[in-house]
Amino acid sequence: MDRVPILKIGDVLLVSIQGDLDDQSVLTLQEDLAERVVATGAVGVIIDITAVEIVDSFVGRMLSTIAGMSRMLDAETIVVGMRPAVAITLVELGLSLGGLRTALDLEKGIALLGRTASAPLDDLSAVGQ
Amino acid sequence: MEQLSITSNDDVVIVRQKVRAHAIDLGLSLVDQTKVVTAASELARNTLVHAGGGQACIEVVQNGMRRGLRLVFSDNGPGISDLDLALTDGWSSGGGLGLGLSGSRRLVDEFTLDSDPGRGTVVTVTKWTR
Ligand SMILES: Nc1ncnc2c1ncn2[C@@H]1O[C@H](COP(=O)(O)OP(=O)(O)OP(=O)(O)O)[C@@H](O)[C@H]1O
Ligand SMILES: [Mg+2]
Repeated sequence: MDRVPILKIGDVLLVSIQGDLDDQSVLTLQEDLAERVVATGAVGVIIDITAVEIVDSFVGRMLSTIAGMSRMLDAETIVVGMRPAVAITLVELGLSLGGLRTALDLEKGIALLGRTASAPLDDLSAVGQ
Repeated sequence: MEQLSITSNDDVVIVRQKVRAHAIDLGLSLVDQTKVVTAASELARNTLVHAGGGQACIEVVQNGMRRGLRLVFSDNGPGISDLDLALTDGWSSGGGLGLGLSGSRRLVDEFTLDSDPGRGTVVTVTKWTR
């Protein structure tokens, strides 16, 4: 099992999913994130899926669950970097991912978060692209 | 032809990786690669979760000028008593989204579901090159 690192930058938690995660690692990430949102009082969670080649129903459900959970804990979740082929496939699979906010890339995701949750943009710009 | 056994979460990852490698070899477009790997992921997980494990078989098939990738997922699990219900969007016997079977049917060109309650399930899907 792989443990996905969670970075904290200012008031925002950043997760960059690399490679192909097995289902147990996906569930572990979900739990780790919930804990970190509470422990840090983060106002935003950014999940970068630029490197993710497929999103199936299991990963899709994890993304929705994280969004719902963080909303409950007063944080906003934004999924960034979804590949076009992944988006096309998700629609055909029938996953609506309702309630999930997305942005094309990390920069746009941070900007979106800045608008809604007044995240510390100066800190975040250090992350770069 | 490649035969893989599915008995753990790691095996589901391996099925995805092998199917992707074959799809690339075959020259499927990026979107079609993504679709067939996603379908394989759903079906391999069903084999593991609903049947307690089984097999995946990956095979390149030919029909005239066209070549295709055929995937067969088979198990000796409990089977499915109502195939139409199982293929309904949103129907799940457990806590799933109920999109694995119905969604993967939309992602491939050919899809067959055979099941004998009490004996097992075979799902066969094919994606053709364009
Ligand atoms: N290999 C199998 N053996 C036995 N039953 C199966 C098998 N595959 C699917 N099923 C049955 O068909 C139902 C629908 O499967 P489907 O993949 O669409 O949904 P799910 O697995 O319940 O949820 P998810 O959307 O998370 O995949 C399952 O709930 C299960 O009852
Ligand atoms: Mg399923």
